[in-house]
Amino acid sequence: MSDAVLTVLVAMLGGALRVSTPFMFVALGECLTEKSGRVNLGLEGTLVLGAMVAYAMSYQTGSPWLGVLGAGVAGSVLGAMHGAICRLPRVNDVAVGIAMMLFGVGVAFFFGKPYIQPTAPRLSSIPLGFWTDSPGLKSALNVNPLFFVGIAIAIAMAWALRNTRWGLVVRTVGDSAPAARAMGISVDWVRFLATTCGGFLAGVGGAFLSLSYPGSWNQGLSSGQGLMAVALVIFARWNPLRCVVAALLFGGAGAIGPSLQAIGVTQGYYFFNAAPYILTLVIMIATSSAKRSARDMPGELSMAR
Amino acid sequence: MSGAPLASSMTAPVGALAPAAGSDLAARLRANSEYLAIPLLALLIAALLFGLFLLGIGKSPIDFVSYVWRGGFGTAFSFQNSLQRSAPLILTALAVAIPARIGLIMIGGEGALVIGGFAAAALAIPLTGVAPVWLTLALMAIAAMIVGAAWVGLAGFLRYARGVNETISSLLMTYIGIAIMNFFVEGALRDLSNPNKPSTKPIGDAYMVGKITGTDVHWGFAVGVALCIALYFLMARTTFGFAARVTGGNLRAALAQGLPVGRLIVACAGIAGACAGLAGFFEVAAIQGRANASLAAGYGFTGILVSFLARHNPLVIPPVAILFGGLVASGGLIQRRMDLPDATVLVLQGLIFIVLLISETLYGRFAIFKPGQAKGRA
Repeated sequence: MSDAVLTVLVAMLGGALRVSTPFMFVALGECLTEKSGRVNLGLEGTLVLGAMVAYAMSYQTGSPWLGVLGAGVAGSVLGAMHGAICRLPRVNDVAVGIAMMLFGVGVAFFFGKPYIQPTAPRLSSIPLGFWTDSPGLKSALNVNPLFFVGIAIAIAMAWALRNTRWGLVVRTVGDSAPAARAMGISVDWVRFLATTCGGFLAGVGGAFLSLSYPGSWNQGLSSGQGLMAVALVIFARWNPLRCVVAALLFGGAGAIGPSLQAIGVTQGYYFFNAAPYILTLVIMIATSSAKRSARDMPGELSMAR
Repeated sequence: MSGAPLASSMTAPVGALAPAAGSDLAARLRANSEYLAIPLLALLIAALLFGLFLLGIGKSPIDFVSYVWRGGFGTAFSFQNSLQRSAPLILTALAVAIPARIGLIMIGGEGALVIGGFAAAALAIPLTGVAPVWLTLALMAIAAMIVGAAWVGLAGFLRYARGVNETISSLLMTYIGIAIMNFFVEGALRDLSNPNKPSTKPIGDAYMVGKITGTDVHWGFAVGVALCIALYFLMARTTFGFAARVTGGNLRAALAQGLPVGRLIVACAGIAGACAGLAGFFEVAAIQGRANASLAAGYGFTGILVSFLARHNPLVIPPVAILFGGLVASGGLIQRRMDLPDATVLVLQGLIFIVLLISETLYGRFAIFKPGQAKGRA
């Protein structure tokens, strides 16, 4: 019995390390966008398009890292569209996000159809489990380099937001647009850049989905990870480092179903598939309040108003 | 309220907000024609962009239009097929339009449709062959509406009670609903005699909802149109609707007036969910005959676009829904004849949605729509 528990725990650890990476990238992208005072709900579409472009480019060029770059570029195009549309007066950023989500998914399915069958070269993982004999632990510790890239970006972003001029500009724009204008900052331009960079990160998250885990391209590849990552930013209170912690937590929750399957518990597989969504909802309920806006929320966010 | 700025711009032609001069019929027509002209312009521009897109990948836009016409509207058969497909779009568009009036952007229609349809199919299992047909169908419809109302109503309640962003939570509820249906359809309620696709037991031909007399269109279409009219009057002509619109326009004013904001929000979200749940009931009882993954066919997401294009006005929803029903209905023909992927319709819908939202910025920019401008205000 304790063996089974251990197997599940090891599988969940491995799952957390694998599943968390796309959450991390999307959450970091959304965190940057929201720090500038705008919400991009379209990152679910960005994630799916990134996954498709990464797979297609990796297949065409034979280099998975070019695929990652292509996914980032595709994501920044979607982000730039969102950023450019939202600077028009009377246009609601939440509604544009919904439209971008549907558009991104549609474009990805449209151009992705020929790539469902072929096998593209994947990103290779770093075998960090070389010191152990347990095959379960070995496979759990096969970590993709993008995981560490994500953590590095989180640390860099946290430091830059706090300590650099650019970080101050982004935070000012996000907290008070009038104050930023008084400083001579172009609010729309900063938000445009922040949304574009956020789209780049979300696209890279998609590349992880198709090139590492689950590691193939199909139309059911992402079902709401992008959306959950957006919700996760609220939980992480707009802090890049807490985004990483939250992503790991979500990765672990997402790994419950497959982990139980590993020891032969297939009953309720679909129910455990619902676990991450339910966890997201519970976390949103726990961290929100009707009386006051969430702690550390950028003042310009439309959800705060 | 996250949706408040949106709702105030989307629900502008509200009698309470119109200036006194608005009683002049010509001026009112002129002002309201803006709400027709700008969405039509957006549709046209989106169609042009999509035409360029087709040219870019080497397909003929003219072929596309002709296939949409043939597959969706050209013959009596295809038009009735479009009407049939528009039924779930009408009902899921209502699921967006009603919350929009109270300032909420709810996009949980897909989930309420799936879980409502599943509830109806599950309830039918013990009832078919035992209870009379009319009673079974009535109970199925009621179950679908209650479960759908609970699904979206919960997102409304969380918005009011805990300030949870309703757009995110309603979409999360959609994923949860689909997962719950899959859980039962793959497990406890799976029809083992059907090895191909995990489904519930079929409800049987005798228990299916029939067609509207003299047509090939099931009753869901008529019910959807009737609900649009009824909900238009509810939102435009009753104290409930007025209170909801005040809440959507200015939450603080509504609170200061002592309106029961919480109950209004939950009621609007509940009505929305009930509409989408009913769409699920008709998909099960009039089309599929059972609940399975085909319920999550994306009607709920197209419904979002229908509602935005109709500017969340229930009376405008049916014609817009028929337009998109025709587009969805012609998808198969386009796929076969033009060798385009089935996601082509999704690309077009996304494009229309984006151009439509961009066109929001045009309101009030054109002098011809402004009443009294010609006479000069100086």
